[in-house]
Amino acid sequence: MNFRSRKTVVIKPLAQAAILFSLLGMAWQASAQTRIDDAWVRATVPGQQSTGAFLKITSSTDSKLVSVQSPVARTVQMHHSTMQNEVMRMDPVDSVALPAGKTVVFDPDSYHVMLIGVYAQVKEGDKVPLTLTVEGANGKTETITVEASARALNSSDSGKMN
Amino acid sequence: MSTLLTRRELIAGIGVLSLGVLASFDSVAGTFKYGWDLSGQARGRSFTLKDPQSNQKTLASYQGRVPMIFFGFTQCPAACPTALARAVKIKKLLGPDGDRLKVIFITLDPERDTPAVLDAYVKAFDPTFEALYGNLEETAATAEEFGVFYEKNPIGSTYTLSHTAMSYVYDAKGVLRLGFSQSRTEQECVEDLLTVMKAS
Repeated sequence: MNFRSRKTVVIKPLAQAAILFSLLGMAWQASAQTRIDDAWVRATVPGQQSTGAFLKITSSTDSKLVSVQSPVARTVQMHHSTMQNEVMRMDPVDSVALPAGKTVVFDPDSYHVMLIGVYAQVKEGDKVPLTLTVEGANGKTETITVEASARALNSSDSGKMN
Repeated sequence: MSTLLTRRELIAGIGVLSLGVLASFDSVAGTFKYGWDLSGQARGRSFTLKDPQSNQKTLASYQGRVPMIFFGFTQCPAACPTALARAVKIKKLLGPDGDRLKVIFITLDPERDTPAVLDAYVKAFDPTFEALYGNLEETAATAEEFGVFYEKNPIGSTYTLSHTAMSYVYDAKGVLRLGFSQSRTEQECVEDLLTVMKAS
């Protein structure tokens, strides 16, 4: 599934549709274009307060992911996992660099999105909206909203569908 | 170890211990191909924790089974579900021997992991998996006994945990045999587990 970015400019619906179609044709030619693939959220059990979201993100120009928001949780943060001497550590990060054309993978071994304080149980198959804000080298931001599907709690990682 | 050690000293000590394990792995050709040979180490011999139904559990409760123990917390987005998902695959790959494996998840976050959440969490992976918990003191004592490091990392009004992501395997007589790194594949774990199962 690909979700193409939409600039946060108010455009009349018809024009918006036209732009969307032309964007589809233009592929990578647009100045700042970010693609999100395989967005998913790990389902929770009742009473479990937090979970992780994972995705692949590719930007056509050098840019950075500066925030992720979601209506399903009180707090949404980007975290980075590191493993040292068999100790898994997670630290919040302010932004994630998106080098031009390079797919940055958010998976359980590196970056991930933390949904902290979920308002309700996330069940397998649920659609979880994630709004990503990407800042280009020129300082301009674009927002992309994707619907991440909730996968079973026991899903292994973003790369392998089980 | 004296009980008068400060937390800082304790953490430093645990760090040195785990470094020792890593160092010995490189230099000693052990019984196992992929896991750390922890044979005979005195970890986990005296813990007493509870299962979600409030039954007291010790290592002896699993006599005759091959326990594989992992420490974590249910709000963990990465290491814990990955380790438990691997355990599901390991159990399947073991075939009939899978029934001898007893996967045990010990929470390092008893303040948030209530028995009900814990039980639902591990059973979402496999209905035969068992969760164990203690109060804060029992949790700390158990982690210390295993050489498991953990600490709270505050994030605003909440926190996450850094923790040792090793899986510990005992033989059917309750003797510690193996430590699996998080990076080992299910196939690698199965090979070493069969070695343990054949010997016990």
